[in-house]
Amino acid sequence: MTEIVLDVRDLTKSYGGLKASDHLSFQLTRGDIHAVIGPNGAGKTTFIGQVMGDVRPDHGSITFAGQSLNGLSTPQRVRLGLARTFQIPRLLKEQSVEDNIALAVQARQGHSFLFWSAVAQDRSLLDPASEIMRRSALSARAKVPVALLSHGEHKQLELALALALRPQLLLLDEPMAGMGPSESRAMVQILLGLKGQVSMLLVEHDMDAVFALADRISVLVYGRIIASGTPQEIRANAEVRAAYLGEEG
Amino acid sequence: MAETNINLAAGARSWRWQTAVLIGLVLLLAALPLLANMLGMPSLISLATRIVILAIAASSLNLALGYAGLISFGHAAWYGIGAYVVGILYRHFVSGEALLGLPIGSDQLLITLPAAMLITGLCSGLIGALALRTSGVQFIMITLAFAQMIFFFFVALKAYGGDDGLIIRRRNELPFVDLRENENFYWLSLLIAVVWILLLSRIVQSRFGAVLTGIRQSEPRMAALGIATYPYKLVAFILSGMGCGLAGALMANHARFVSPDMMHWTQSGEFMIMVILGGAGTLLGPAAGAAMLILLEMQLGAVTEHWQIILGPLLVLMILFWRGGLSGLWRQMMGTRHD
Ligand SMILES: Nc1ncnc2c1ncn2[C@@H]1O[C@H](COP(=O)(O)OP(=O)(O)OP(=O)(O)O)[C@@H](O)[C@H]1O
Ligand SMILES: [Mg+2]
Repeated sequence: MTEIVLDVRDLTKSYGGLKASDHLSFQLTRGDIHAVIGPNGAGKTTFIGQVMGDVRPDHGSITFAGQSLNGLSTPQRVRLGLARTFQIPRLLKEQSVEDNIALAVQARQGHSFLFWSAVAQDRSLLDPASEIMRRSALSARAKVPVALLSHGEHKQLELALALALRPQLLLLDEPMAGMGPSESRAMVQILLGLKGQVSMLLVEHDMDAVFALADRISVLVYGRIIASGTPQEIRANAEVRAAYLGEEG
Repeated sequence: MAETNINLAAGARSWRWQTAVLIGLVLLLAALPLLANMLGMPSLISLATRIVILAIAASSLNLALGYAGLISFGHAAWYGIGAYVVGILYRHFVSGEALLGLPIGSDQLLITLPAAMLITGLCSGLIGALALRTSGVQFIMITLAFAQMIFFFFVALKAYGGDDGLIIRRRNELPFVDLRENENFYWLSLLIAVVWILLLSRIVQSRFGAVLTGIRQSEPRMAALGIATYPYKLVAFILSGMGCGLAGALMANHARFVSPDMMHWTQSGEFMIMVILGGAGTLLGPAAGAAMLILLEMQLGAVTEHWQIILGPLLVLMILFWRGGLSGLWRQMMGTRHD
């Protein structure tokens, strides 16, 4: 029952003299929410980028559900069951919430070399899309162009797009950043609702959210995991307090 | 619930309204030769034919440029190659010579048009496959460079007229229709334009079209959705090249003349201006842009021979102040009227 879904070994990535990942090793147990916390510039986004295939590591191996990801493109990794959200939302801004989600559903269904039927009338896209909007509390905004949504709604849509892909492993890059307290709490509730069904790597600065959600926490500083353990262990860890939690006061 | 019903009803109403306008427009265009003859201005027919043919090219470029966001600065190459297919087939038809041992001559439109599309499809596939490995400014420059290569190739191709091009003494033949009649050729071009634009409108509303629209807005997002964008961009580039090839083949028949000028980079630029002027990523914008540009060129050309000096700044102003081109203006007008 303790299958490792994501196994990262000795990951190294330098930008010039700067080590964004420094012999980083990391294991994520299937079904867990595993939080990765650390100060700004610690290399959290770069870590997610390497797992997704957006950033090529200098060295190291990444294994997902027993399969090596080395050399696979981002789309190939997504089709294996990985999905991410972006810290800075990357959405189809000119289109509606529904269009965005329908495209994600379409992507999950296979190739898109279909030239004739209109997507706007396609129940096999619209029905799953409206179900996802309902679960993500976006139904009321279905027809609104994404450019007109609030920042919090952008974050919700980021998550909804990832969920539309029905991933096994979800990589969340600061899903609560920039949200108000009530939006933040709603996001925690949505993620709690997914707990157990989807494994999650959660990068987040909001410590209340992290301690409410995480099964395990790893602390990343200067590209290195300096501590890893249960939330209680991390809270008690003196080195972590000094390096990170202490700054929060 | 009530709100969605209202939205649906409004959607259906505006859709029906749009269809009515479109059908009216096509009927009007179809009646144009009759009007022109009645007014004693038969040269209008030739002008309208040119516009309709260029509308095919602009709408095709729009698939790549307006929908997929592929800023190709070389689409005149496909237009010119399509025209040369007609010219070269006609040349061999007249001379009876074989090309590479194949008896390829033809003056049958039902052969020459598909041949033009096939060959431009192959050429744009080959060059698209290379050019699409780049993006952004690099892509603009590489499409321009390839188009210039093709341009100089035809300039140097003395066997087919080189610089001087090829004269096509007679338009291609079509069973039951005499294409030497300008009216008939106009109606044929209009029919082909309508069918091609309807086809493009299906394509952009399809799953394939949804992917193209996504590619334009955010490639990283598409990758994160598990979509490898390259094959979609390539197919869009090929389809758009084939449409320009079709336009070129028709233009060769219309003008009864083909020359490397058709692939000059300024022609590529004009296609881009038509798309942007009319409204990139809209169905009929590029066709309207084609009409607008040709009419502007003609009007200014009548006033002064330095018309380009006026046209350039005029275009810049229009593109700056009419966000979304002619179709943006149209939407604004319709919007204020509905309010
Ligand atoms: N493409 C790049 N080129 C050069 N340096 C980079 C690049 N990407 C990231 N870096 C650097 O690598 C370090 C890690 O960046 P990263 O974005 O992974 O940090 P982070 O932990 O996500 O920070 P934050 O909490 O601010 O989001 C930073 O110092 C950043 O400036
Ligand atoms: Mg980050």
